[in-house]
Amino acid sequence: MHIVVCIKQVPDTKNVRIDPDTHTLVRQGVESIINPFDMFAIEGALKIKDQNGARVTVVTMGPPQASEALRETLGLGVDDAVLLSDRAFAGSDTWATSTTLSAAIRKMGDVDLILCGKQAVDGDTAQVGPEMAALLDVPYATFVKNIDTRESGFVKVVRQTDEGTEVWRLQLPALMTVIKELGEPRVPSLRHKMRAKKAEVAVWGTAELGLDPNSTGLSGSFTQVVRVFSPQRRGNRIQLEGSIENQVEQLFQHLKKARVPGL
Amino acid sequence: MDYFLTEEQKMIQELTEQIAREKIRPIRAELDESEEFPWEIMRTLAQADLFGLYIPEQYGGMGGGVFDNCLAVEKLGEACIGIATSFAASGLGAYPILLFGSEEMKQKYLPQIASGKRLAAFGLTEPGAGSDVSGIRTVAVKDGDSYVLNGSKQWITNGGESEIYSVLAITDRAKGPRGASFFVVEKGDPGFFFGKKEKKLGIRASATRELIFQDCRIPADRLIAKEGMGFIIAMKTFDKSRPGIAALGVGLAQGALDIAVEYARKRVQFEKPIISFQAIQHKLADMAVKTEAARALVYSVARYMDSEPREVSKVAAMTKVFAGDVAMEVSTNAVQVLGGYGYMKDYPVEKMMRDAKILQIYEGTNEIQRNIIGQELNKEYGRLKESFI
Repeated sequence: MHIVVCIKQVPDTKNVRIDPDTHTLVRQGVESIINPFDMFAIEGALKIKDQNGARVTVVTMGPPQASEALRETLGLGVDDAVLLSDRAFAGSDTWATSTTLSAAIRKMGDVDLILCGKQAVDGDTAQVGPEMAALLDVPYATFVKNIDTRESGFVKVVRQTDEGTEVWRLQLPALMTVIKELGEPRVPSLRHKMRAKKAEVAVWGTAELGLDPNSTGLSGSFTQVVRVFSPQRRGNRIQLEGSIENQVEQLFQHLKKARVPGL
Repeated sequence: MDYFLTEEQKMIQELTEQIAREKIRPIRAELDESEEFPWEIMRTLAQADLFGLYIPEQYGGMGGGVFDNCLAVEKLGEACIGIATSFAASGLGAYPILLFGSEEMKQKYLPQIASGKRLAAFGLTEPGAGSDVSGIRTVAVKDGDSYVLNGSKQWITNGGESEIYSVLAITDRAKGPRGASFFVVEKGDPGFFFGKKEKKLGIRASATRELIFQDCRIPADRLIAKEGMGFIIAMKTFDKSRPGIAALGVGLAQGALDIAVEYARKRVQFEKPIISFQAIQHKLADMAVKTEAARALVYSVARYMDSEPREVSKVAAMTKVFAGDVAMEVSTNAVQVLGGYGYMKDYPVEKMMRDAKILQIYEGTNEIQRNIIGQELNKEYGRLKESFI
């Protein structure tokens, strides 16, 4: 079984700031992380690999630096990594992104299962997964929390919806977007980390993917962001972190410092 | 400080630091309270390939040595030496097999230990035999193709949790120290039982139990090396393991120092952060000096040991005695810097202080380490022709 996981690099959400003049994300000095939901997708793929054996390929679209994120996934036990990188890809909306990613899946040819996080924590659109399924003409399921691959040629998944859970059976190849319940990401292993250090990360551009540059990037996008605005900042805000007990203690100290009567 | 580590050693640090930060720190207080064995973390360490750091590649390990293992336990120990002790104790149990076991024995047990699928443990101490190993009462009698063990072992780290035990027993009492031998006993062997789990001052996430042998029959090929090799195997095992205990001490001291400095920068008294007072500054400075000195000693001895020199007992003992004492002192002073807060369970330093004490006791008390160093000095200088007076 060949599983492909699509990942996205996002700014570390703990440090997101919006430029008050341009209304765009301040990316300078902000660390990038792999979208947390994509990490669950990787864990899901690796679990299938552990149980039944599978080849796992991770793919991302991004600038050359994104190969570092791919290398990180190799340290977890992912077999291969592909970076989709081309100047023509710049400014992609979800449609252009899906076009590019699905071209990569098509180029690989033998893919049985495609896993994506349910959404990226920066854009929050949750569109790329389903769009890829449409472009590849394969069945898909969203908000998946369990994947059973024991039946040959099919996959049984459990979806989490607001109303409850649903069990679906899909014919392979298929695509699913996954949620946290699929599994907390594992830590890397030393052997995989060492291999990752030396591993080659393939880089595919429009030429390798056989894509018309006009169908990708800004020119291949149907939507454009006209304006982004940040909601008005409200005074001094403090975000508490740590265990609940610890947060309560911190909160108590803040209230005490603010001389809340009775404390 | 740059200790000029290899690419691989930096990866070991990075990986163990990640595990300490993400998996150990969030639950250390909870495990200290509940005294629950950290199985989930053991599985994480296994999956990360860390149980095999010092085991040769042909037996499924990573092919490193004492130094690689020290780097790992140091980082784990920064977060919790209770959990790190559970990890390190498997190595202590494995070393008799690794150093003296037959090829068959190594092939059977080392891959299981290296993969972390089965934990090992080391059984030496008895109610009447701690520092004085000659007081051992557990006996092993050969009976056809078997040995039959009778007796008990006390305070065995990972006891009951591990599946593979390296156990010291007397095979010929008349021969004195040359009458002891090491055996591999497996959980589930007939006549092998576990006593109650001990309640401890510190390292409460580690399990400490009694091992009980009542006509425990094991195949004769579980004898490690030859009869009578027991004490030599024990000493050579301790030579290998003591820098690891020292590394736990370095980790614990660093963990306590980190908290003390961070706290001293934030805590305001007399309208100033307390780090601006010399009384605190000097305390923190001494803590930092000693921690770094302990690290430098452990790293250089561990590196030296990996070059396979003939005599290492003295330097191995030096690491354990120094880093153990430093860990006790630094964690005690960390509690002092935090004052009342440090004494409360809200901050991890009181646990570190409780945990640190064991470093001066287990794997040979620090008094025994000083005996070893003193005896080695006597031997060394006895061999010298030159006079310095």
